Amino acid sequence: MNDTGGGNARRTVLAILAHVALIVAWYLFVSLGNVPKFVMPSPGATLDALLQPNYSWWTNISVTAAEIFGGYFLALVGGVALALVFTWSKALESFFMPLLVSLNMIPKVALGPLIIVWFKYGVFPNTVMAFSICVFPILLTTARGLREVEPELLDLVRSLKGSRWQLFTKIQLPGSLPYLFAGMKVAAILAVAGAIVGEFLGSDKGLGYLMLQVQVTLDTPAMFMAVILITLIGMILYGSVLFLEKLFVAKDARIG
Amino acid sequence: MPASADPFIRLKGVRKAYRSGRNEHLAISDATFDVMPGELVSLVGPSGCGKSTLLKVLAGLHPHDGGELRIGTATHPFDPSRDVGMVFQAPLLLKWRRILANVLLPAEILGLPQKESRDRARELLALVGLTGYEDKYPYELSGGMQQRAAIARALVHDPKLVLMDEPFGALDALTREKMNLELLRIWQEARKTIIFVTHGISEAVFLGTRVVVLTAGPARMADNFEIGLPHPRLLDMKTHERFGEYTRRIYRLLGME
Repeated sequence: MNDTGGGNARRTVLAILAHVALIVAWYLFVSLGNVPKFVMPSPGATLDALLQPNYSWWTNISVTAAEIFGGYFLALVGGVALALVFTWSKALESFFMPLLVSLNMIPKVALGPLIIVWFKYGVFPNTVMAFSICVFPILLTTARGLREVEPELLDLVRSLKGSRWQLFTKIQLPGSLPYLFAGMKVAAILAVAGAIVGEFLGSDKGLGYLMLQVQVTLDTPAMFMAVILITLIGMILYGSVLFLEKLFVAKDARIG
Repeated sequence: MPASADPFIRLKGVRKAYRSGRNEHLAISDATFDVMPGELVSLVGPSGCGKSTLLKVLAGLHPHDGGELRIGTATHPFDPSRDVGMVFQAPLLLKWRRILANVLLPAEILGLPQKESRDRARELLALVGLTGYEDKYPYELSGGMQQRAAIARALVHDPKLVLMDEPFGALDALTREKMNLELLRIWQEARKTIIFVTHGISEAVFLGTRVVVLTAGPARMADNFEIGLPHPRLLDMKTHERFGEYTRRIYRLLGME
């Protein structure tokens, strides 16, 4: 609330400095400590890994990104849709919500081998993996946000004989947005993990798959590069969510 | 006030009970009082004495279980679906709406013409001293200012009856005194009938043309009397001898003397 323009600029500079400092520290550690390349490559050696044409970086990046964004988008649509259904039908909510809370307890990673049995291996099962890990936080937080209406606000609407639809559009729906975004932020981090675990378990493309391939030849620089690229994909997803939140949620209402 | 004038609100032996399972909890046992058009009636009593319940019954949110309740007269008709304005202890402004849009909420729900409502909302924001804050978000305003906006919201659809449930209870003492004076000014300009629930005894006397005293469990009405202090009320009236008599009377009724 007290952020002035100058304060924001200073924060940005500090954030960039911290990242640069890490890379410098990494460089110094490797070069001064004479660390072997297969244990930890230098930043330069890591970048050089991109020059290896037989690693098909672009294909692998797009496959992994497609799984992450695809699974995330499906989870967003599915989670929000279910939450909306539950708001409109108390009966359905009372029946399915406890079940979903239990299902949420399943470690989604443990479903990996099953998903491969059901859907073979490839982009689709990994998308399903990312979806299954993302959908619960989005569904649960959104349902909670839609439920949490101050009782007095309800009184206010009722005292004016407002309709159920008015309550929904004017109070419940906008009121649930901060919760939705809180769920979306958690899910954005989980989506990346879901897709990569899927690729580890069984696939023939993607950055996770590539990591397993180059591990055999101890090409550590390529593994470093793959991790960095996976992180960047995650940052793009998370950053987009933050950007949308800034657009749609009033500053004071943001959660997490 | 002529004795023949019809009261705007008449309560006669109004009773309200809540059932939870097999138990019945009596929230209001026998509320009997009249409110004249344009009065500001303070409803005072300890926590759990049924003040808020009574307010909800008056707002038409809960039916009463017994007795007679009538609001409105031939000269002052009352439409329960659009003639109630409500202010709560918390401002409860919608965080995602700017102040002007927050004030407009009841007008939107009632489907009132937009242009007129906006003009009226601006006038009301001026009345409560918030000119220039129309496009701010609630978090940019102090607690007292948010409550002023909530009062403007309660008036935007021009209701005949405004129900206030401890509206200044969450404010610090100084802001509260200031808001008391503000409310009296708003009340005199807006010419509304106001029911003001509070557990502040001095606040009840200072604001009310009449005070209705309720005592806690078994909930019942203990007293109902006019406050014979002139208007406009000024803060130094609190040191007035008669002001002391009124507050002592209430303290005695609540068994605090």
